[in-house]
Amino acid sequence: MTNLIEIKGVRHAYRTADGPLPVLDGLELAVPEGGFVAVVGPSGCGKSTLTKLVAGLLRPDEGEVWLHGERVTSPRSTVGMAFQNPVMLEWRTILQNVVLPLEIVPNKMTKAQRQERARYLLELVGLAGFEDKRPSELSGGMRQRASLCRALVHSPEVLILDEPFGALDAFTREDLWQIMHQVKEKEPFTGVLITHDLRESIFLADEVVVLSGRPARTQYTLDVSLPGPRSIDQLFTTEAGEMLHDLRHQIEIAQGRAPADAAG
Amino acid sequence: MAYVPASLSKPRPGAGQRLAARLTSRAVLAPIAAVIVFLLLWEALVWLNGWPDYVMASPSDLPPAYAQYWTLFLVMGWQTLWRTVVGLIVAVIFGVLVGMVMGFSRTMRDALYPLLVGFNAIPKATVVPIVALLFVGQHDFNTVLIAFMISFFPIAVSVSIGLSTLEPEYRDILRSLGASQTTIFWKIALPKTLPEFFGALKVAVTLAFIGTNLMEIVSPHGRGLGALFDSGKTNSDYPLMFAVLIALAFLGIVLYYIVVALEKIFAGWAERPQG
Repeated sequence: MTNLIEIKGVRHAYRTADGPLPVLDGLELAVPEGGFVAVVGPSGCGKSTLTKLVAGLLRPDEGEVWLHGERVTSPRSTVGMAFQNPVMLEWRTILQNVVLPLEIVPNKMTKAQRQERARYLLELVGLAGFEDKRPSELSGGMRQRASLCRALVHSPEVLILDEPFGALDAFTREDLWQIMHQVKEKEPFTGVLITHDLRESIFLADEVVVLSGRPARTQYTLDVSLPGPRSIDQLFTTEAGEMLHDLRHQIEIAQGRAPADAAG
Repeated sequence: MAYVPASLSKPRPGAGQRLAARLTSRAVLAPIAAVIVFLLLWEALVWLNGWPDYVMASPSDLPPAYAQYWTLFLVMGWQTLWRTVVGLIVAVIFGVLVGMVMGFSRTMRDALYPLLVGFNAIPKATVVPIVALLFVGQHDFNTVLIAFMISFFPIAVSVSIGLSTLEPEYRDILRSLGASQTTIFWKIALPKTLPEFFGALKVAVTLAFIGTNLMEIVSPHGRGLGALFDSGKTNSDYPLMFAVLIALAFLGIVLYYIVVALEKIFAGWAERPQG
């Protein structure tokens, strides 16, 4: 299998009033086509910078970002993004919000076809019947589901999720995890998930990458060996418990609270 | 029996009933009642103090004044109205352009703010004679110019604030799709700024009236309600002066509600249901 996303030796620093602030220092990441990688790490370690690099919104100071065998130097429409803030346009209906990327990305779809595609996705995430509502009439979880549809509507090769479920309550979050699996089955994509929820990372991803504290480099990689199809119950198995424990330990190393062991 | 909310079990009203309901609703009756109370208090104030006309006219003096000069009110009211509206339109165009420049460029924002604030701090009454001398005889142009100068400031500031406080995620969503700056402006920045823009426009409407009338009163070219006010003053026709003031207030209210209607159409989404 070829790697759809490849990040090689990326270094990046933000220019601040107090001089350069290095955030990434030797980041390595490879995601195979159809793969789903979760990136976890201490807060402020540069996880969101990583998403901007993959989306082409930011060019690294050093190193390379490759997408589908092409070097990323500017934004490209084969990427879909969803953030912690659902970023709904309040003046548009839910349907119009989901259609938005199709109005920008070059395509030959008619207006009716665009709306049909949006309706199909909204139904997939359980939002059928809410097409003509305004974002302010929906709950946080529903807005996030709509935001997911918008990220997927133009059938991107890569879906970048930057803590999309971070602001939701625990049960709504678990609902959305399951919806993510259903969506991926119907609408295959290659995913990068930024999160600080370890349970979320092993439930959704097939590989979890732990970043070190700032400036971040790739510290640890875990293959998630949960047999599919996944259910919330699997999070309570011994295997899952061991993986979570392992990841927790790595986070502590990243935070500088535990010494890096030779075996890790 | 199952619980049915009262609002659902009632039959839907017809168009006539809805209009009647609208006209007797709180939104219409409350302001009318307030105006009536205001007029009564004014009448009582003049009556209790036993003030003659030349100290202060009372509301009951106004209908004769309107009846006597009613063609003048129509002609001059129209002159005031169109020049105010033209000044306002120029202010909107100029204010939005300046606001865009300042909203998108930090450098321009830093550069232009002191200039704008300084300009706005100058009392426009002092600018009137300068403008009148500069463009002598160009009455319509002068009046529109003052109306524009006094009213573009809040529009420029609100548009620049609206654009510069756009959350980066909104920009990123479109930029990551390869959208141009122009597309980002039309699809996101402009609609998101509309509520602030209309808030500023409500202020600008009343300011533009002040500008028009300043020019009409100070510069003696005999046009507009300001000139009618001035002739009332010259002829010691006090009821006429008060009648002009009320006519101005009326025009101001009409323009204000036109802006409110436009706001409902273009930025109605920003209004959240209360309760």
